[in-house]
Amino acid sequence: MSNGVIAITEQSEGVFRKVTYEALSEGKRLAENLGCNLTAVVLGSGIKNISDEPCKYGADKIIVVDNQALSEYMTDAHTNVVADIVNKENPSVLILGASSQGKDLSARLSARLNAPLAMDCVEVRVENGNIIATRPIYGGKILADLALEGKPQIVAVRPNAMSIVESSGAGEIEKLDIDVGKTDLIFVEKQLDTGKVELTEADVVVSGGRGMGGADFSVIEKLAELLGGAVGASRSVVDEGWRAASDQVGQTGKVVSPNLYIACGISGAIQHLAGMSTSKVIVAVNKDAEAPIFSKADFGIVGDLFEYIPLITEEIKKIKNG
Amino acid sequence: MEIIVLLKQVPATESFIGIADDGVSIKTEDVKWVINPYDEFAVEEALRIKEAHGGTVTIISAGPERSVEAIKTALAMGADKGMLIKNPAADNCDGLGIARILAAALKNIKFDLIIAGQRAVDDDNFQVGTALAEFLSIPNISLVIKEEIADEKIRCYRTVEGGTVVLEAPLPALFTTQKGLNEPRYASLPGIMKAKRKPLDIKSLLDIGIDASEIGEPKAKVLAMKLPPEREGGRIIKGDSSRSIAAELVNALHEEAKVI
Ligand SMILES: Cc1cc2nc3c(=O)[nH]c(=O)nc-3n(C[C@H](O)[C@H](O)[C@H](O)COP(=O)(O)OP(=O)(O)OC[C@H]3O[C@@H](n4cnc5c(N)ncnc54)[C@H](O)[C@@H]3O)c2cc1C
Ligand SMILES: Nc1ncnc2c1ncn2[C@@H]1O[C@H](COP(=O)(O)O)[C@@H](O)[C@H]1O
Repeated sequence: MSNGVIAITEQSEGVFRKVTYEALSEGKRLAENLGCNLTAVVLGSGIKNISDEPCKYGADKIIVVDNQALSEYMTDAHTNVVADIVNKENPSVLILGASSQGKDLSARLSARLNAPLAMDCVEVRVENGNIIATRPIYGGKILADLALEGKPQIVAVRPNAMSIVESSGAGEIEKLDIDVGKTDLIFVEKQLDTGKVELTEADVVVSGGRGMGGADFSVIEKLAELLGGAVGASRSVVDEGWRAASDQVGQTGKVVSPNLYIACGISGAIQHLAGMSTSKVIVAVNKDAEAPIFSKADFGIVGDLFEYIPLITEEIKKIKNG
Repeated sequence: MEIIVLLKQVPATESFIGIADDGVSIKTEDVKWVINPYDEFAVEEALRIKEAHGGTVTIISAGPERSVEAIKTALAMGADKGMLIKNPAADNCDGLGIARILAAALKNIKFDLIIAGQRAVDDDNFQVGTALAEFLSIPNISLVIKEEIADEKIRCYRTVEGGTVVLEAPLPALFTTQKGLNEPRYASLPGIMKAKRKPLDIKSLLDIGIDASEIGEPKAKVLAMKLPPEREGGRIIKGDSSRSIAAELVNALHEEAKVI
């Protein structure tokens, strides 16, 4: 018998992360397969206006902890509170997004609860009442199926890997007054680039490589902006100082799985592919017909990116304008 | 400042990775082994902290005998001493098991700071450092691109989606590395010579006071490994003019692939 699935939501400044909707949807699907309820946990401060949102994704119950000490994600406070909720609810499965916060929280919780963890999963299924999670390892060169033994089975889902499905849940709200317990970490400040689309969550990523020839990324910035996407970069570009390290895609950068990845002037080294090969559709624009990126791309153009990207941008504008 | 660096030896990222006959592990014959790139950032940062504050840098790794090569490279970069916990169960351990072994090894060692990689690029678990901090009951800060130490406290710049969060923790603490933290130095020739005389202890699980049975079976167990669906090289778009090529691509993305 299953005691339910708990989805830990993640919000920033009163807005849920996209991966939270993915985790809720996947959590609902697992709960249905296991024949149990989905409970969403919403943590934060002054979150009243968003706390009932998880019911749109099938949450039967929503546990809300509204506490000043939870206004920013803090490993210790959040772990203490979630561990308390888990001890009280005794769920079979804990699901959350493998964002920077979700990775940190799930790893600390696995140790606190002595619970099995499948990090950064791209697929999850139920077999004989147990979770089998599929996750890319070796930079995506291998997919591993993991069996999780113990309780709760913690599943952190890779952003953009699961589909968002709306469904209605009772969404009965339970407010809990949980003390955050002993904490050591102190929040100093937060610096956010507002208005920038987050690379790991973007539906479209347009990346530039050494073929950009310098720090002027305006041609691909324009295309990314038109598509509501984010700009990425190869390591060569970051090493040259043309773009910030936070833009790097690859094995030592971010892992992205957008619907559309457009690689401009990128050769397609194995370490770059490790960060983007699970993208749904890959387009490459490269001068060199022999560039390895073409063997992974669904569509390719052999040519100068400075000639083609503006033309592609214009053609898309035509479609957008009907 | 007593600094511990957690280091794992992993396949070089350009190595071909094939699935072994057992279906749950990789073929290791042709693998070239290197220090996990994120642990290289950890070694470099530890050396910089030592240069600024004094102290010693100790490398700890749990794994098979071959891992001494990775530890020696870190010693050649400038670390002071190394410890390999030879772990016959290593291949069979999940992240929690490794964190337990490392926690046992650290029980009798004094430290102010532990630095780990955010993830090992073999299992990509993002777990061991953070889980170890929990077992040691010390604070952890993940994905750090900058740190400052003063007055028994560490201030870390942690990367989050779309920005940076600055946090402070009392020492002892653990943090994990993120690209952007530093550029790791290479081992110099004199460094390599000096490394030969630096202490490198090889310990068994019993030596660190833990019985293999205490670690037990992995809770997250690999059932099967498979290769991801091979991406076929797709269509190279050709045409009479660059404009018609661009138009055809956009049309294909709109009509066929339906991604714009
Ligand atoms: C441990 C390790 C980790 C690494 N991690 C990463 C990582 O996370 N991410 C990453 O990206 N790399 C990583 N690398 C580096 C990787 O091996 C490659 O060196 C890097 O990806 C190459 O970047 P690039 O494709 O931009 O440059 P290049 O390989 O130099 O390719 C540039 C391409 O641009 C094309 N080009 C030039 N001008 C134009 C033009 N005007 N129009 C169109 N095409 C043009 C060229 O034909 C060429 O194919 C790592 C390497 C190691 C050893
Ligand atoms: N066997 C090991 N020995 C020492 N440190 C390890 C080991 N496995 C993982 N680590 C450390 O934990 C980090 C995260 O690893 P992982 O959780 O396996 O992705 C690595 O970057 C190392 O710093």
